[in-house]
Amino acid sequence: MSSEKRSPSLSNHQPVRLGWLVGKAALLFVAFNLVFAYFYPLPFLGKISAYNFIFPGRSRLPYGDNPQNSYNLNLYNLEAMFASHEVHGTPKGSDEYRIIMIGDSSTWGFLLHPDQTTASLLNKGNWTSTDGRQIHVYNLGYPVMSLTKDVLILNRALAYQPDLIVWAITLESFPYDKQLFPPLLQNNSSAVRDLITHYNLNLDKNSPDLINPTFYDRTIVGARRPLADLVRLQLYGVMWAATGIDQEIPATYSPAMLDLSDDLSFHNLQPPHLESSEIALDVLQAGFDMVGDIPILLVNEPMLVSQGENSDIRYNFFYPRWAYDDYRKLLANLAAERDWQYLDLWNTIPADQFTNSAVHLSPQGSQQYAEILSQAILQAAQSKPPADD
Amino acid sequence: MPLSFILYLTLAAFLISWLLPTRWKVHGLLIASMVFIYWLQPALTIRNLDFWLPSVAITLTLITWFVTQFPGLSGFKSIWLTLTFIFLTIFGLAILRYLDPICCLTASRPPPYSSVLIYLLFVLILAWITSLLSNKNKAIRYALISVIIGLLIVQKTPILSEFTSTLLRKTTGQDINLASALDISWLGFSYLAFRLLHVLQDANSGRIGKISLGNFLIYALFFPSYTAGPIDRMQRFDQDLHLIEASRHPASILEKLFTLVRSENFVIGSKRILIGIFKKFVLADSLAIIAINDLNAMQVQESTWAWVLIYAYSLRIYLDFSGYTDVAIGIGNLLGIKLPENFSQPYQKTNLTTFWNSWHITLSQWFRAYFFNPVTRWFRSHPGKFPVWLIVLIGQTGTMLLIGLWHGISWNFAIWGLWHAVGLFIHNRWSDWSRPIQNRIQQTKTTKLLWSITSWLITFNYVSLGWVWFALSDLDKSLYVLLKIF
Repeated sequence: MSSEKRSPSLSNHQPVRLGWLVGKAALLFVAFNLVFAYFYPLPFLGKISAYNFIFPGRSRLPYGDNPQNSYNLNLYNLEAMFASHEVHGTPKGSDEYRIIMIGDSSTWGFLLHPDQTTASLLNKGNWTSTDGRQIHVYNLGYPVMSLTKDVLILNRALAYQPDLIVWAITLESFPYDKQLFPPLLQNNSSAVRDLITHYNLNLDKNSPDLINPTFYDRTIVGARRPLADLVRLQLYGVMWAATGIDQEIPATYSPAMLDLSDDLSFHNLQPPHLESSEIALDVLQAGFDMVGDIPILLVNEPMLVSQGENSDIRYNFFYPRWAYDDYRKLLANLAAERDWQYLDLWNTIPADQFTNSAVHLSPQGSQQYAEILSQAILQAAQSKPPADD
Repeated sequence: MPLSFILYLTLAAFLISWLLPTRWKVHGLLIASMVFIYWLQPALTIRNLDFWLPSVAITLTLITWFVTQFPGLSGFKSIWLTLTFIFLTIFGLAILRYLDPICCLTASRPPPYSSVLIYLLFVLILAWITSLLSNKNKAIRYALISVIIGLLIVQKTPILSEFTSTLLRKTTGQDINLASALDISWLGFSYLAFRLLHVLQDANSGRIGKISLGNFLIYALFFPSYTAGPIDRMQRFDQDLHLIEASRHPASILEKLFTLVRSENFVIGSKRILIGIFKKFVLADSLAIIAINDLNAMQVQESTWAWVLIYAYSLRIYLDFSGYTDVAIGIGNLLGIKLPENFSQPYQKTNLTTFWNSWHITLSQWFRAYFFNPVTRWFRSHPGKFPVWLIVLIGQTGTMLLIGLWHGISWNFAIWGLWHAVGLFIHNRWSDWSRPIQNRIQQTKTTKLLWSITSWLITFNYVSLGWVWFALSDLDKSLYVLLKIF
């Protein structure tokens, strides 16, 4: 065997350097992971955002099932979600009357362009409050139905000093079995537990739905998905800035169901009556308790009232009539009893102005809703001028 | 190619280098290359086509060897073992169809063994006939060149691919209404075709050396570079294979492992693979989110953002392609094969000529060797008839047009090629014309620097704007974007 024919090898010191290199890399890798797991800086990292700096802030919270086409994505880092929103990049001036809208996909504006959402249309009114401040409405809706989700977002949104909160609700957000199902809540278990404890909510703090990150989940390797989501959120910021698109709106979709089943049940509840203890009114109350003196305009949002098959039994896909009628009564009574500003707009939008769901509005429907809502908002802004900042 | 595939390829290369005795290493490479081209071929909707396309790739490679290397009938004695080896590998992959627990290494269930046996018999007869004929004249080699170019044209032309799909669907009794150009996605054929054409053309011009059948198959089907290049030259590759065959390693497995991981090839190869993975899966895939495409090209609202999307595409295509090249070169290193470089910091170049000397280098060299040089040589052989500028224009236009069409036969790729041809021609003329000015500019550091920066800006932007033709699927969209940004 001639030495010339051997595979070339590194000179004597190089294998040692290679060993060191591998050793140091392994050590650093482990160390970084341990430090990361100890501090778990995801919320802090979420605050580092190119939105409102390089790109304009989003007009609604990040949510997107098909990121490639919607230039948006679902992520569960609340700090990052808010940091990407325009409200985060808009310091409240003394001349601003700030309104925050929370709610479900209807408020968020499913199948609506950013400028067609109720919040955007309200802003187009260019209204001022009684004390002359410019009214600006921020859309903090998020497309899942759960009052606990609303309260979680509201809790974070208070940092932006709202003068009025418009809280759009519907019965589907009230059942207890819906409260902890959204992944946004499950992945923010610590914040949700705090809410449950602080407001003594009738929810299970130890629910298996609430994800407890293991030590591995807290490492860089374990948290690679949420870390990648943070990067992706920033990259989609380029597309948001370039196109103004944050949702894929298909040319065609399956319209909301008009012919309904004859099923009388609502979740695990049965007729004849919906009891106040059966729905999460305590979570609703928590929202009111949380905001203190800031007024809330509670809105029972419009829904499709079907006239199709079995519409004598159900209003729409979501609701049997008995449950929804009782819900409205319960809510009206509660609002009167607790002196809440409450607006019941359940049947104010015609059935042909709903898109793919009994609560998703068409652009025209959104316009009608905004017109009705604007009167109530103006009244709320006049009736209770906020204290000076 | 997903990351998992790259890891499997890397693992295979590592195991071949580590565990196989030297005398078996080349055989291991042969089997691995053959198996991987079946394994990498994506599933196709036409029945068994994802088995037959790699089989045809191997057949074309075999025939190319027979028509360029076969010494005559007596030569069969020297290759029967390799042939048996090749046929058994193909047959072995086919009979996995019957072994459910391990079925299958192909994307879908292979055809029945009887079909494969008939096919192998056909290949054997074809090889024999073509080798007999090739001893008589060059015509058979030209015929094979025509077949390969024909297949390449069919693969690159959507309408022809769809027509072929219709024919194949008729043959297999499948619904012809579902025929699509995507049915004929033949992984790696663009590169294989160019390797085979290089060998055939060199054989025609009498410049080819000898190579064994096994080594030739490894060269043509070498699994790290099969799907995305680089396009190596046969004799250079063969030299590396001989070095592998001649190498000696310790007998003990552990000692071999230790020697392997300390070798320069291993260190350099691993580094290249890691760099390639980072470039492709971290940088390029992230940039893909914001790179210009058919959808966002029509949605972008302001010209500034359109520029951002175009620049993102420029970086993305470089990082994506050069990332794959790094992986291929890295895996090649693990095996002791030093594949040629395909990129040399192309975006740092200050003119289009040097850009093309550093972008997809092996493809450019291929076209230079087999198209540009022969064409310009022919023109120059008629002195006085054609001015130099015209020769350059014709040579560059033809070359760039072919490079464009190699990516796919469409107006967009053609115009992309012409875009670069125009750029190269302008640079060529400008270089000649501006030489006195350049000489003056080179005299001071400041003007030299300013000249370099300006040249770089022009080159990078010209290349980036060219990508608008390349990235979008039709002329209207490309024109829309180009008009929008100006």
